[in-house]
Amino acid sequence: MSEGQNILVAAKVTRRFGGLVAVNEVDFTIPEGSIVSLIGPNGAGKTTFFNVLLGIIDPTGGTVEFRGRQMIARPRRIGLESLVWVAPSVVIVLAALALGSTGILSGGGIAVAGVAAIGFLIGTLLLAIVRPLWYQKLLLRLGIFRSARPNDMVQAGVARTFQNIRLFKNMTAVENVLIGMHTQMHSSLLDGFFSTRRARREEDLSDRRAQELLTVVGLHGIGNELAKNLPYGDQRRLEIARALAAKPRLLLLDEPAAGMNPRETLDLTKLISKLRSELGLTVLLIEHDMKVVMGISDRVTVLDAGRKIAEGTPEEVRRDPRVIEAYLGTPAA
Amino acid sequence: MSVVQDVPAPGGSRGFRMRIGTLSARHRSWTIIIGMAIVAAVLPTLALVPPFSSFQNQASWIDGFTNAGVFVLLALGLNLVVGVAGLLDLGYAAFFAIGAYAYAYAASPFGNEILGIDVAALLGDAKGLIFWPMLIIGALVAATFGILLGAPTLRLRGDYLAIVTLGFGEIVPIVFLNADDLTNGTNGIGGVFRPYLPGVGSFTAIDPWPYYLTMIGLITIVMIFCYRLAESRIGRAWEAIREDELAAAANGINTVTTKLLAFALGASTAGIAGVFNAAKLTVVSPDQFGFVVSFTVLAMVVLGGMGNFWGVAVGAFVIYTINNVVLKTLNQFFDTLGIPILEDIDFIGLQFLLYGIALVGMMLLRPEGLFPNSRRKRELHAEVTQPGEDEMTLPEVTEEGGR
Repeated sequence: MSEGQNILVAAKVTRRFGGLVAVNEVDFTIPEGSIVSLIGPNGAGKTTFFNVLLGIIDPTGGTVEFRGRQMIARPRRIGLESLVWVAPSVVIVLAALALGSTGILSGGGIAVAGVAAIGFLIGTLLLAIVRPLWYQKLLLRLGIFRSARPNDMVQAGVARTFQNIRLFKNMTAVENVLIGMHTQMHSSLLDGFFSTRRARREEDLSDRRAQELLTVVGLHGIGNELAKNLPYGDQRRLEIARALAAKPRLLLLDEPAAGMNPRETLDLTKLISKLRSELGLTVLLIEHDMKVVMGISDRVTVLDAGRKIAEGTPEEVRRDPRVIEAYLGTPAA
Repeated sequence: MSVVQDVPAPGGSRGFRMRIGTLSARHRSWTIIIGMAIVAAVLPTLALVPPFSSFQNQASWIDGFTNAGVFVLLALGLNLVVGVAGLLDLGYAAFFAIGAYAYAYAASPFGNEILGIDVAALLGDAKGLIFWPMLIIGALVAATFGILLGAPTLRLRGDYLAIVTLGFGEIVPIVFLNADDLTNGTNGIGGVFRPYLPGVGSFTAIDPWPYYLTMIGLITIVMIFCYRLAESRIGRAWEAIREDELAAAANGINTVTTKLLAFALGASTAGIAGVFNAAKLTVVSPDQFGFVVSFTVLAMVVLGGMGNFWGVAVGAFVIYTINNVVLKTLNQFFDTLGIPILEDIDFIGLQFLLYGIALVGMMLLRPEGLFPNSRRKRELHAEVTQPGEDEMTLPEVTEEGGR
């Protein structure tokens, strides 16, 4: 673990909802390999901040860098992007017209050029939807920037769990984990059509890996249970297993201990520490349960009313008067 | 596969059934091929047996089965969009129309003139050969239009998507109707070539068998592809999106492309059905592709059992047969018996009333359809299964999105 290397750097992240400033110029960094917690009273903007980090909500200001790459910021020069889409077709049409006027191209040739232009238009449209990595890099080189979508963040190595569990309830535990593995699997549409050996091998391997992951989070042998039939604590664990399936570098846990009894909470704390030590994961935790937060965090950041009011080791934060004030209110004077 | 059905087989020779079940799950494609072969053999035989043989002769029955097959194809395709990926598409007939017109342009004197090619001169008597490559090209053309429609609209959710597709379904036939110079307007494009197969020759209107067998082949292939896709990584992604789009995105699924893929594949199936239909009727005209088609196919998917390909196919077949054979014979039946009131009822005219009643009844009694997909069934009967779930969602009122 190389401390000091920041896996995620958020700078001046701001998010407004109309008049309400849910997140207000928050600077936030996560050192690689650490467990960092984000706490704050209800409505402090923790979850909004989280959603901004994940590309679910666009920020109104500020940037997020993940592993040195800018992922989230205000979009830049998007208008230019539509120009990139139509450019090939326009070039073809203009060239065809020019050649046609000099007489080099006859009617049939112009028709072919027209079809090619339409083909290119559809092609670039598709490209803009699929947004493969090389296309994104090309855009970046042209100075066009578009914020990452949630699936881009997962691709880059950020996985999350939800505050109110969002499992695929009618699927089995294994299927849930398999969906988490989506970015790790590569079988294409044609592989699916023809059920190629590659696809079948990948399915088998993924199936086995899914079982392993279930074992890692302590859910051995319940793979074929429907997610909605699992006890609450197990559902929380399953969600973590699903997040781990994407092979993340950074795991974002949104109140993983909410609604758990002390026994389950203790197990969860152990699990999170284990993930860090065994898988080398970096963890960002939003949590209300102070026992969890203070027990495993390397650093704690406190938000209140959208602003960062304190940051430091658990000990420092615990003694910080502003934190006490935010949680308990001002002492009556 | 990892899919384990937790629904116990109802009674009877349970062990045997389960063995058949696992076997068929392992050799899915063979099961489909054998199943379709049995169906292909049983239907014509059934048409010879008394109650059915008295309605109409075998050739008419087979012709009817083939027409039903067109709707089975449509239902399979729409099932991919509505049943598996959960995107409500009310304008599905548009892609059916696009496939049919694509074939008409490639395989009719009128269409050839517009395209500036001459298939008849190129292939001579075997001009119907173009049917076979056109099955694929028609599918691709329809898929392209599916993508063009889907790209801007699939970001919409639920109701909005339904409205947009509804509009698209209306626009396409109207364009074909009004672009007189290119489509021959109301009259449509006639003289479409019938398929030609070396060894069989050109298909004819008199002999329904070649069409029938071609249709069986098409359905088999489409069904195999559907099942394989649904069980692949992509099929899982579709189901994930249907269940919870945000969670699917947070698990790295590109929701836009994945939904677009479902849309395009559904469209391409409709394109295949369109090509076949045009080659069978030898004429395409805008009135074949009205909202009624979209609606009928949707009703077939819902009644058959969304998400279950066999169920949907059976649903489509049954509804088509009821529509076009049973209602007709009911009229004759009551006429000959001379029962006072029933005699005067025109059952074909009441088609949509009966549809409505059937749909409402179905939604009340069996919302998952006649032959439900096991997962759909779980979704629709969620409240019965889980006792301990609700109490646990209490602890923290969500602050999702900071209000």
